[in-house]
Amino acid sequence: MTDRTACIVGIADAALENGVIPGGATALQIQARVAKAALAEAGLTLDDVDGLLVAGSWGMPRPGSMAAVTMAEYLNIQPRYLDNTNAGGSSFEMHVGHAAMALAAGACEVAIILYGSDQRSGSGRSLGGRPSALDLQFETPWGMPAPVGGYALAARRHMHEYGTTAEQLAEIAVATRKWAQLNPAAMMRDALTVDDVLASRMIADPLHLLDCCLVTDGGGAIVMTNAERARDLPTRPITVRGFGESTTHMTIGEMPDFAHLTCAEIAGREAYRKAGLGPKEIDVVEIYDSFTITVLLSLEALGFCGRGEGGAFVSGQRTAPGGDFPMNTNGGGLSYAHPGMYGIFLLIEAVRQLRGEGGERQVAEAATALVHGTGGTLSSGATVILARE
Amino acid sequence: MTNKPLPQIDVETAPFWAGAREGKLLLPHCGDCGRYHFYPRALCPHCRADGWQWAEASGRGVIHTYTIAHRGAGPAFKDDVPYVVAIVELAEGPRMMTNIVTDDLSGIAVDLPVRVVFDAVTDEVTLPKFEPA
Repeated sequence: MTDRTACIVGIADAALENGVIPGGATALQIQARVAKAALAEAGLTLDDVDGLLVAGSWGMPRPGSMAAVTMAEYLNIQPRYLDNTNAGGSSFEMHVGHAAMALAAGACEVAIILYGSDQRSGSGRSLGGRPSALDLQFETPWGMPAPVGGYALAARRHMHEYGTTAEQLAEIAVATRKWAQLNPAAMMRDALTVDDVLASRMIADPLHLLDCCLVTDGGGAIVMTNAERARDLPTRPITVRGFGESTTHMTIGEMPDFAHLTCAEIAGREAYRKAGLGPKEIDVVEIYDSFTITVLLSLEALGFCGRGEGGAFVSGQRTAPGGDFPMNTNGGGLSYAHPGMYGIFLLIEAVRQLRGEGGERQVAEAATALVHGTGGTLSSGATVILARE
Repeated sequence: MTNKPLPQIDVETAPFWAGAREGKLLLPHCGDCGRYHFYPRALCPHCRADGWQWAEASGRGVIHTYTIAHRGAGPAFKDDVPYVVAIVELAEGPRMMTNIVTDDLSGIAVDLPVRVVFDAVTDEVTLPKFEPA
């Protein structure tokens, strides 16, 4: 670790009650409040921030299409490093990588990554109505339910090629629920069985309702700085060891291999290379679970198991508390919260685990974590490998 | 008139939609590398050439993967459920999203041979769909 190695020194997420911000709040209010909280635990204020990275699905097409610009105005800061990267739910894993490069280059010294959403309590959610312009004119007119239908297309192909079953996908939802039962902040904490998942309403065959993530509000913030500055701050710094990103398509029809998450393979390979670590050296894994199939494809592409082996890998509740592969330890998008773009919450949970702040759900001796975000319709992927020093 | 979202036809895609109106499935065919692609784009995605020509496809293919939507894509598709959204791999090579028109959902399967049919949803827009061959 050099003086300019990037560290995460502050995190915060918005408290939810039954999936919504109590009393209601705009996406801008949510972000301002978590920004202040994440900076405060690091002993910093907004006046220290000179790097700002924001992605959102709020306020589209304007002002949310320039999310970092809007947030700089709202917070009244004038950063010297700015990043509006929006690749869907994986944006925040990309932001960590971009901030790490900016910190290493001296382009900024204190960077903050922000997300906020009122999609459950507000009225901003319209996933059924993607415009049918440009490349989407070859998707939207046929009634593809976005995004779930796209994930169902991949699930069906994986089943066809490898014999993966609905029961195996359900194992992921069940194991994730068990983690949620250990997290007081999780929205869904009732016991869940594989039969419950299979008996839930079919949404886009072969995906059932309980294969799908929640729809909640939410907000998160992550503060990063370089190792030199981190030494003077009160929180235990979590080091960014590696990162990588890629994308293969926007419209699901262009996915190069429906049974393989190529963008995750590219992102993961780059993150492992930078970190000098492999999948066997990771203690805790946080993987975007928009749908159960997202997890299964990610596990294979990131090398935790071989191609087509994901179904067997997650069987027997291997990823549940007490299993030998702790994954999605906050209860995930499936049972904790999913405010539209979930990627920032994967990072926040990984930091909590590496700090040893996991409470009842703490993974013993967690020293390394891999976070992988997926955005769009299996469109983009970004991996971050974190470690406590 | 339909309440469903219609393609916003543009200068690049107009020939494709004009072909569909005439009952032809047109694909970009690259003279440089000899391969087809879909959807149409300025540079051949295979060899990066910019001089491809439209060519009429056979209209035959197989289902590469599919889903049966039990919840429609927004209010416009609410009354259509359950319906099949599929990726068809055309005999010429490219894949395209489409619907499979069938009264027998249980007969839908990966690798099922299909052939194109044309659904004239408005005077201007005809959607290529497929049915079991």
